[in-house]
Amino acid sequence: MLIDFFILMKSELVVTAIIFLLLFIKIGKGMKNETLLPLIQVFLLANFLLGFFFNKEGILFEGMYRTTSLIVFQKNILSLGVYLISLLCTDWLKKTPHLPEFFMLMLSALLGMFFMISSGNLLMFYLSLELSTIPIAAMANFDLVKKTSSEAAMKMILSSAFSSGILLFGISLIYGATGTISFTELPRQLDGSSLQILAFVFLFTGFAFKLSIVPFHLWTADVYEGSPIAVTSFLSVISKGSIAFIFISALYKTFQPLQDVWYNMLLLLAVATMVTGNLFAIRQQNIKRFLAFSSIAQVGFILVGMSANNNAGLVSVVYFVLIYTFSNLAAFGVASVIAEQTGKEKIDDYKGLYKTNPFLSWVLALALFSLAGIPPTAGFFGKLFLITAGASAGAYWFITIAALNMIVSLYYYLRVVRAVFMDKNEQPIEKIKINPSVKLGLLICSAGIVLIGLLSWIYDYISKLN
Amino acid sequence: MNLLLLIGMPLLTAIAVLLSRNTQQVRWISLSGSLIQLILSFVLFFSFRNERALGNNTQMLFEQNYALFASWNINFHLGVDGISVAMILLTSFVLIAGVLVSWNIEKMTKEFYFLLILLALGAFGFFISLDLFVLFFFLEISVIPKYLLIGIWGSGRKEYSANKLALMLMGGSALILVGILGLYFSSGYSFDIIELSHKNILPSDQHVIFPLLFVGFGVFTALFPFHTWVPDGHSSAPTAGSMFLAGISMKLGGYGCLRVATYLLPEGAKEYATIIIVLSAIAILYGAFATMMQKDLKYINAYSSVSHVGFSLLGIGMLTQTAMTGAVMQMVSHGVMTALFFAVIGMIYDRTHTRMVNDMGGLMKVMPFISTVLFIVGLCSLGLPGLSGFVAEMTVFVGSWENAGTFHRIATIAAAASIVVTAVYILRAIGQTAMGPIRNEYMQLKDARWNERMAAIILVAGILAIGIAPFWLNDLIKPAIEIIMARMGGK
Repeated sequence: MLIDFFILMKSELVVTAIIFLLLFIKIGKGMKNETLLPLIQVFLLANFLLGFFFNKEGILFEGMYRTTSLIVFQKNILSLGVYLISLLCTDWLKKTPHLPEFFMLMLSALLGMFFMISSGNLLMFYLSLELSTIPIAAMANFDLVKKTSSEAAMKMILSSAFSSGILLFGISLIYGATGTISFTELPRQLDGSSLQILAFVFLFTGFAFKLSIVPFHLWTADVYEGSPIAVTSFLSVISKGSIAFIFISALYKTFQPLQDVWYNMLLLLAVATMVTGNLFAIRQQNIKRFLAFSSIAQVGFILVGMSANNNAGLVSVVYFVLIYTFSNLAAFGVASVIAEQTGKEKIDDYKGLYKTNPFLSWVLALALFSLAGIPPTAGFFGKLFLITAGASAGAYWFITIAALNMIVSLYYYLRVVRAVFMDKNEQPIEKIKINPSVKLGLLICSAGIVLIGLLSWIYDYISKLN
Repeated sequence: MNLLLLIGMPLLTAIAVLLSRNTQQVRWISLSGSLIQLILSFVLFFSFRNERALGNNTQMLFEQNYALFASWNINFHLGVDGISVAMILLTSFVLIAGVLVSWNIEKMTKEFYFLLILLALGAFGFFISLDLFVLFFFLEISVIPKYLLIGIWGSGRKEYSANKLALMLMGGSALILVGILGLYFSSGYSFDIIELSHKNILPSDQHVIFPLLFVGFGVFTALFPFHTWVPDGHSSAPTAGSMFLAGISMKLGGYGCLRVATYLLPEGAKEYATIIIVLSAIAILYGAFATMMQKDLKYINAYSSVSHVGFSLLGIGMLTQTAMTGAVMQMVSHGVMTALFFAVIGMIYDRTHTRMVNDMGGLMKVMPFISTVLFIVGLCSLGLPGLSGFVAEMTVFVGSWENAGTFHRIATIAAAASIVVTAVYILRAIGQTAMGPIRNEYMQLKDARWNERMAAIILVAGILAIGIAPFWLNDLIKPAIEIIMARMGGK
């Protein structure tokens, strides 16, 4: 029995072990960042690799905790993302005065996300959601000298507290209306009464806040801009990914009886999110804000896939998040290198980058093309499958809007590409010496962007998980 | 013959270009790669004819089918019929000529050739794929290289043109995507062209999907009124870029209109034939008259391309066997001709540093080779018998005349009348460029170098091969068109 317990909760236990290790290092003699950071990277790599072994499906604590092969795969994506962030943001991490604390916070958030994906009832879900959010607010404040960083942390904590309140209200209403909070029991109790729909709308809103779906996105850009890039990429990739995973499983399994309600909500919100994200991204000057709005638009596309309400929808969302992890992290990685070495964050500063830094330029272009959905990058396949899945529900006007949004998004991604490759600049960013571990991270991301789509068995592999 | 070679070779070349150390290596690798590609295309052509001569009458030859995304029923399905073989030949001709013409590009040579070959790779893949998803994948591959080629190596308002081109083509792709998905769901989950051609898709569905696909591909091939990217794109692009745009890329659209839209959705084609004819007749006349007003050689060829491509769309819209054969012939002929035209314009511009017709004159005296080629291509453009343009346009007109109605007659006459206009602008342009008194500053100019001569000779050979002996092309295309017509149900 105990063995079962260890094996089923393996991912969480490994993360907890790493947190404790870091704690011992911190209260022990302490280490210099130069030696500690590679160690942490090795830990995170081990965490990612361990995710592939000793996997078992099952439930624990009378259904509070569950794990399946798909959930394990989702956790692996998140672990991979965290490992990549530790590589890509090396420059910034080395300078941080409190490196162990930073990773303790980040791993606590990751632990929260693991529990959240595995949660079997609403209470567990709420607790783990909080565990995954509060550390991020502390992390956002890590640029201690910058005022904007504290501002970002403040906005983050206030808005997530607010959304948690709404979520909790929804949960209590659901409990009141159905008498259960278990994910497996709920579908049998849901009959579509007004109270239940009201409760569901509150719950949905809570999710929408965390996923920054329009009109609940207003915190996103400011938080992204103010936080250190390591935190921004964590927020936009890992945090979004984990919420998308639990959201889709909640909609498809637990709230299946309310399908009519959430299908229409998804359609409307997806259109609003794509359009708003895209239109605002056009006007941004700061690369972080730009990526913030682009990631809002990407969430809109995820919602398109979610609206499918069949296995194809689920698979294509997981597949897209995998690709999005590589693409968005590559873009943030390049932004992070440039911001750390030169302090430049404006798109105009990127003009003429290709002349001085061809490697960074190609990685950035690859990442942006993948985000825009241009072949042969993986983003093309990811977006296409989301749209195809969405089309299987039959709303063609909706698919047309999604396809048209791809054009708008291409416009602003090309704006950055144009600045990098075509525009002339008197004082381009000077040649940057790239740290080997950053280079490794960027190469992994590029390989992922190029290969995931072409290796078609990856998609089929995900579709066989359950 | 293994069709994978046709996409494998450009891929290898592109990778080799990336790995090469200096400009000289880049050039020779690209040249040898495109030469092998040309040889491969000839091998394909002859083995195709061989198979047909042996009585192999299956619709597609050299088929290969691999499962790609099994859960979506997407397969990597390759195969060629006569139309594809003709298009592949055209693409290899333009590719090698483009590589030769760009020999002296100094700015970022490696990237330039890489993008050029990537663009060709997209085209080759597009012409051999029989799965709509894979076809769309290859179509999209070719968009971004065009954008970068124009934006980085172009001239004039290059950024505006590059943006306009990329966005309009993406718009076209978006329509194609929705159309393909429509086909996929209304046919019971299939992307396979051959499988779809055996399915009965409800006429009501066809009426919705056809315009999406036709207009989508039409954007690529400058269907009026979606042609506006053509003049800007062509005139801003570097020489090889314009050659590829007009010679290959616009043909992707034409091929898609025929193979995907018309072949798979015959009811839709019948429903909208009138509109196609009207739009292409407008394009033909409008293009011709717009060309009259142009002073810039590149704009002249760009607008005349709109007019000439109109003929192939007109041929498709006429829905007769002969007209469609003519449409495909026009695609091939125009591809070779317009590539050559842009190549010559590039050569002249490299020497005189102007493309304005009024600033030139008497170039025949100092560069006889280039001027002769200019004459050949000009005469081909206005449809002189013995050159490819005449054969193709004539076939379209004959095919159009097979339709008895007044409407079709009027459209045919209007289209044919444009040839007079063409004669006016072509003769004026080449006359002012090559004849007359020469300016003093042009006296020192040199004639074509070896690479330019090679490029020109290869393309002129193409024009003559179609113009003097059109039978081989006709024999190649005809059986494929017959299958399309059979699905159309007669005529």
